[in-house]
Amino acid sequence: MQYLVNVIDSRADSGTAEEAAAIDEFNDKLREGGHWVFAAGLAHPSASTVIDGRGDEPVLTDGPFVETKEFAAGFWIIEATDLDVALALMAEGSKACNRRLEVRPVHTEA
Amino acid sequence: MTDAQEALTRAHREEWARVVAVLAKRFGNLGTAEDAAAEAFAAAAEHWPAEGVPPNPGAWLTTTANRKAIDQIRREGKRDGKHQEAQRVYAAEPEPRGPIDDDRLRLVFTCCHPALSVEARVALTLRMVGGLAVPEIARAFLVQDTTMGARITRAKAKIAAARIPYRVPAAEDLPRRVSGVLAVLYLIFNEGYFASGPDTAPVREELTGEAIRLARLLRELLPDDGEVAGMLALMLLTDARRAARVSSAGELVPLPEQDRGLWNTALIAEGHALVRERLASGEAPGRYQLLAAINAVHTDGDASDWTQVVALYDQLLRLDASPITRLNRAIAVGERDGAEAGLALVDALEPDLAGYHAFHAARAALLQRLGWATGACEAYDEAIRLAENTAEIAFLTRRREQARPD
Repeated sequence: MQYLVNVIDSRADSGTAEEAAAIDEFNDKLREGGHWVFAAGLAHPSASTVIDGRGDEPVLTDGPFVETKEFAAGFWIIEATDLDVALALMAEGSKACNRRLEVRPVHTEA
Repeated sequence: MTDAQEALTRAHREEWARVVAVLAKRFGNLGTAEDAAAEAFAAAAEHWPAEGVPPNPGAWLTTTANRKAIDQIRREGKRDGKHQEAQRVYAAEPEPRGPIDDDRLRLVFTCCHPALSVEARVALTLRMVGGLAVPEIARAFLVQDTTMGARITRAKAKIAAARIPYRVPAAEDLPRRVSGVLAVLYLIFNEGYFASGPDTAPVREELTGEAIRLARLLRELLPDDGEVAGMLALMLLTDARRAARVSSAGELVPLPEQDRGLWNTALIAEGHALVRERLASGEAPGRYQLLAAINAVHTDGDASDWTQVVALYDQLLRLDASPITRLNRAIAVGERDGAEAGLALVDALEPDLAGYHAFHAARAALLQRLGWATGACEAYDEAIRLAENTAEIAFLTRRREQARPD
């Protein structure tokens, strides 16, 4: 079972060097436990482009698809047997990155 | 009631949670378990009156529900194999065994999982563990059947999609998780005991009764947990006073004025026995045990021993320094040391409790005792404006009339 973990933030590029070090350490722990799938930081949503390619010509729009005060500043994809395992891990992840996190299940395909 | 009906009612009360729990484990899906259990009870209602009550009703129901679940999965398998497979989540995993292993306990912890909203926890617990029908739960919480149905469906879908596990938590998480389960049960009880809303009966026995039944089940499953014993004792000692709590005129009767002859002595004896058991354990009491002990003092002898009550509130404050605990302590101090002492403590809570009816009701009663009629009336007005329980509003209104300066 995989979970997408969004890092909730409201200020651009607000991460500190200490947080980055704590995240590295946490990521090592994820890898050791076999929970690591992927992780990345994201640029501010203002750098986003929305593309609609369903018509004849793709239509481009500047900015994120939804304007919110809070946005995902980064994400993890983790492997965990169930939500309790995922939540226990990401409670530590939240401490490491010093942000609130959204833990969202990835659809399981049979 | 015929024998078959009686047997069915008893089986529903005693076996529903077990049937759902066993099936949820076997099929790894709460929805399947719930539907199959409901179908099995419907089958019992059809067969038992004609064919007689089976010698082991619980086993009959589980076997029947099991067959219904397999039928349902076959039907769905033909229709949408992929969807059905996606729904079968947690059963496929090897399950680490918790400290106590009972299918019903797994069910309780899953329904009260902290990742679900509080409303969803309450609704799921009443449906899956309590066996209440969706319209009954909807009525209990004054919402539409469809709203309650959707709430339960959403919760079941989240459990499946997010893979909320079906298991008893590990020993190190157990106290925290039990405390979450108790909070759900207490919420159900209080919604019954302090029912709110202008068209609502002041006490709703269907909810208090169900909460007590669930607390008894939890006590059976976790016999060594002090807070579970405390919760059951607290509910019993509170519910024991139910008949004396609302007058024939529909007014709330405050504890010191209640007719103790109307109290339920069997419930009081049971509650006291639980409190004594906890005292004898020598373990430090938790919040619910202290609240139970306070209620044990209230129901002991001919009148409350306010010195003991204050001492217990002092102990409770060390665990739970919430403004409401401080308010209840202040009221007890008002009884022990006089109205002036009580009022000083109550007044200090205004910044936290200005929007809470019980704060104004407590102030009003203390001001009235001190003979400050105008202040008392104003405080009663504010309490009446904020109160939601019909019996309490009736009581406060009469008190305000008595307080009015001539």
